[in-house]
Amino acid sequence: MNAVLEIEDLRIGFGPLEAVRGIDLVVERGQTHCLVGESGCGKSVSALSVLRLLPKRARFSAARLAFEGNDIAGLGERGMARLRGDRMAMIFQEPMTSLNPAYTIGSQMIEVLRRHRGASRAAAVDRCIAMLERVGVTAPAMRLGQFPHQLSGGLRQRVMIATALLCEPALLIADEPTTALDVTVQAQFLRLLADIQRQMGLAVLLITHDLGVVARVADRVSVMYAGRIVEHGATGAVFAAPRHPYTRGLLASIPVPGKIPPGGRLGSIPGIVPRIGAGFAGCAFRARCAVAMPACAAPVPEHRLADGHRFACHLGPDGAWSGA
Amino acid sequence: MIRFIVRSLLLAMLVCLTVLIVSFALTRLSGNLAINLAGPDASAASIAKIQHELGLDRPLPVQFAAWADRALHGDFGNSYLYHQSVSSLIASHLKVTLQLGAIAIGMAIIIAVPLGILAALHEGTWIDTACGLVALIGQAVPSFWLGLMLILWFGIDLRWLPIAGLATWKGYILPSFVLSFVAIPVMLRLTRGGMVDALRADYVRTARAKGLSRASIVLKHAFRNAAMPVVAVSAVQLGFILGGSVVTEVVFNVRGVGYLAWESIGKGDFPVVQAVVLLFAVTFVGLTFLADLIGAMLDPRVRG
Ligand SMILES: Nc1ncnc2c1ncn2[C@@H]1O[C@H](COP(=O)(O)OP(=O)(O)OP(=O)(O)O)[C@@H](O)[C@H]1O
Ligand SMILES: [Mg+2]
Repeated sequence: MNAVLEIEDLRIGFGPLEAVRGIDLVVERGQTHCLVGESGCGKSVSALSVLRLLPKRARFSAARLAFEGNDIAGLGERGMARLRGDRMAMIFQEPMTSLNPAYTIGSQMIEVLRRHRGASRAAAVDRCIAMLERVGVTAPAMRLGQFPHQLSGGLRQRVMIATALLCEPALLIADEPTTALDVTVQAQFLRLLADIQRQMGLAVLLITHDLGVVARVADRVSVMYAGRIVEHGATGAVFAAPRHPYTRGLLASIPVPGKIPPGGRLGSIPGIVPRIGAGFAGCAFRARCAVAMPACAAPVPEHRLADGHRFACHLGPDGAWSGA
Repeated sequence: MIRFIVRSLLLAMLVCLTVLIVSFALTRLSGNLAINLAGPDASAASIAKIQHELGLDRPLPVQFAAWADRALHGDFGNSYLYHQSVSSLIASHLKVTLQLGAIAIGMAIIIAVPLGILAALHEGTWIDTACGLVALIGQAVPSFWLGLMLILWFGIDLRWLPIAGLATWKGYILPSFVLSFVAIPVMLRLTRGGMVDALRADYVRTARAKGLSRASIVLKHAFRNAAMPVVAVSAVQLGFILGGSVVTEVVFNVRGVGYLAWESIGKGDFPVVQAVVLLFAVTFVGLTFLADLIGAMLDPRVRG
């Protein structure tokens, strides 16, 4: 096993809200792990907590948070700042606002190399040009002198990923990187991400609520619901035989079964994600679940299948009441 | 960008024309000057004579046209009090006012900007509240009172600083400090507000995700964006400071344009009043135009 990121029992809260309620997640070298779920289920805050970029008022705890084998849960702000942008990088959903409007692309890329590598200006410029070329940006030298508003959305997202990759990180976290892009640009960007991931042996944690994206790029998928991972497994296994009623609902809500149109969104299951406070017990999905029973208010058992496939439901792998 | 400049310039000129008309009208509406000049015991004949000499018996539009034409050439006539040309009178008073104004705006920036950044970094804590209190007090306390208190304290009790005049560099400290308080509240609030927004912005999150130092995140990424409106507004604030010089120069007995304005208003020296009002107004309009220009220059999206 070659785990780059290992998370155990991660919990995040905001005031009375329990946004993330104990998730386990492993991302391995050379692997794309997709975190998928409806809006508000806690995907972004989970990702931000890995880089320790949560807002100050957030409650955060984890039994284990290991990066490249080292526990980083207790690492201070200075230690984290050394890792960020160097060994672990993150790109965000909003390419329009994630770049600073006041500085050129060059300024915003070069500062990363100057910070983490102590590179000379000239060396940094060369490296930035090479990296922009690598992610398919045309006329890279000219781009360095341009401001963000002079670039299209797709181009900005390429600049973001080039910046993220400058120091050859071990882990790239991408929070819905294609949501704001139009469909053809989305497809190009995903191809690029897959290429780079293979060539650099990156571990990628990709957040999305687009099952089409999951089907195309994920090695493993974690389905998140109301702050918990309700099902996890190899993408093929989960798509072929989803075990959790929520995962089934998600897959069934796609028009043509087995064939996912690009841009296929979640959220066609009736009802909304509940906001969960302290003292909540049982399965959070039961209010929307077609096969819910009164007993679903009891603590949920977790079932483990072959190849790390696991899910949390009162119904066992055979579909029978597991009577936990 | 060119279109933007032309538009701002046209607007500024329109405002100047309005000011020209208003400043002309003001002095004609505020009592009969000839009676004031002639004194309480003057005969009707001598009043009429003075009226004719000053051209006050002609129709108003004619008076205005003649006056505006001369004003545009820098000729405001002679002061009734000093018996010298208004323009040379103002020129001799302008230097200290500009000096004090420049020092004051510098002081305001040095005091307000760091406090604003500090407040934003500690949003919602007692530090933020304390900075807000500074702004509130700065706004609530009148300049003349602050000036008098400082004179009492530093000038009379402690004897550290002169109580009036600008004989040595020490004389500049109190008046420019009092003047800077005209601008501090607005600049402090603007800096704080801009920084609070900037620190929440996505690009600051990106800067943090890149592992940049705290100094770089706060000063390079956040402050650069928060500073745009602050820089622009400090030009406008300089205009307010010049306006504030009337009170401050009187309190500190500084013979600048503000003092001249106060004196000429009190004594009905209306060519001087007109010229000073016009000067202040045109300066203010000019500074506002400058603020727009600086704002545009600093923002790459407008600069194009
Ligand atoms: N700064 C914050 N303050 C308070 N609550 C927050 C904050 N950030 C997130 N939350 C809450 O935490 C929960 C999880 O939010 P998160 O942003 O992780 O959702 P998400 O799964 O990324 O959704 P989306 O698909 O909309 O991005 C939500 O209920 C949200 O309201
Ligand atoms: Mg999100």
